[in-house]
Amino acid sequence: MLSLLRSLWEVFRHAFHKRETIQYPEEKPYLAPRYRGRIILTRDPDGGERCVACNLCAVACPVDCISLQATEDEHGRRYPEFFRINFSRCIFCGFCEEACPTYAIQLTPDFEMGEYNRQNLVYEKKDLLVDGPGKYPDYNFWRIAGVAIGGKDKGQAENETAPVDLHSLLP
Amino acid sequence: MMANLYPLLIIAVVLFIVLNLAAGLIWVERRLLALWQDRYGPNRVGPFGLGQVLADSVKLFTKEDWIPPFADKGVFVLAPGIIVATALLSFAVIPLAPGFVVADLNIGLLFLLAMSSLGVYSVVLAGWASNNKYSLLGGIRASAQMLSYEVFMGLSLLGVVIQAGSFRLTDIVEAQHKVWFVVPQFLGFVLFLIAGVAETRRLPFDLAEAESELIAGFHSEYSGMKFGMFFVGEYMAVILISAALALLYFGGWLGPVLPAGLWFAIKTLAFICLFILLRAALPRPRFDQLMLWGWKYLLPLALINILVTGAVVLALR
Repeated sequence: MLSLLRSLWEVFRHAFHKRETIQYPEEKPYLAPRYRGRIILTRDPDGGERCVACNLCAVACPVDCISLQATEDEHGRRYPEFFRINFSRCIFCGFCEEACPTYAIQLTPDFEMGEYNRQNLVYEKKDLLVDGPGKYPDYNFWRIAGVAIGGKDKGQAENETAPVDLHSLLP
Repeated sequence: MMANLYPLLIIAVVLFIVLNLAAGLIWVERRLLALWQDRYGPNRVGPFGLGQVLADSVKLFTKEDWIPPFADKGVFVLAPGIIVATALLSFAVIPLAPGFVVADLNIGLLFLLAMSSLGVYSVVLAGWASNNKYSLLGGIRASAQMLSYEVFMGLSLLGVVIQAGSFRLTDIVEAQHKVWFVVPQFLGFVLFLIAGVAETRRLPFDLAEAESELIAGFHSEYSGMKFGMFFVGEYMAVILISAALALLYFGGWLGPVLPAGLWFAIKTLAFICLFILLRAALPRPRFDQLMLWGWKYLLPLALINILVTGAVVLALR
């Protein structure tokens, strides 16, 4: 019986506690930097597109909301001809970000993307591509990868030794 | 001419206050529950979220009012009417201020008890007419609960009646000029409070609804404004019991400085807040615990209360 009165009193005291509610539109909640919100395509520090159109994100996507078409530029560098994310299907699981070998696709702490028209939720490459490098400011896939493309030959990547001269290996 | 219109005016005022308060309690309850749960509650629609009342009523009125094909149609429609009718009728004997009462019956208290007891028919019939096992269980629970709590509800009030020497609510209030009945009748007050909460079928005594066990109990099958009438009926019962508590134990409109009606309003609203606090804080007992408490502890206590009160009053005479 006394415990009932005690719980009445304890609940009553909550009237003077701080509110837990965040008054959302006026007051924004803090979102962690690794929050899984709106998906972006980032650029490397030199301003080039990071995406190499490997299709891994599209394969990893459990709801098949990513579609893209790979193509090559004059240096033999792959990039997506189009890159389309249907956000009306996206479940923001972040698998695409995990699958991406070049840190190109990233999820951001932004969830305010409501639309009245469903078709407006289909984001094209121009909507997805941002100017910055996102969460990895210094990473440039092409500088590290041991792939020869225009302007960079084999052995010129960071931490890469020059290719072995096969002829010098003769016994 | 004016003499004929005066009772009509009182009826209109009482209806206006009760119906608006019952609707407003939707907002009050949600805001207060939120207050005690460290939230804000509805605060977006209109000033302080008061427009929520309007929004909720518009929603209830425009919802489909569906009668299940397996239901007993006549009774199904009648049931929500009974609860509202009995609740409204009991307000006829509640004096809001000296002389401001629809019908100052000399058996006012009995009328009040009778009307609030009739309200249970609504619940039982709703549970029966829904033709649904959960609803029926809710209805049966309600009838068992009413039966066991009605008994000592009436008995707990007899202490007040013995001291005031009248069943007329105006007389009972006037008898509290020296000291409020909550002091000599504290046990009776506690018993009536418990019985009152059980009578309104609100948490912690909402076993007839018990959403965790019986979906929504007796009103599982109700929708639209029929459901709304159960809702309003429940809130009117809360107002009624709060008003009765204020009248019988806390001196009704008696109080210094402020006008009589205001004192009555303050006391009633305080009890309404207590009802909501009870809902916010206390868990629902098991059904056998509820029955056991009613019959084994509260009924004997009420009887002892009558015995002691009667003996003391007789000795002091």
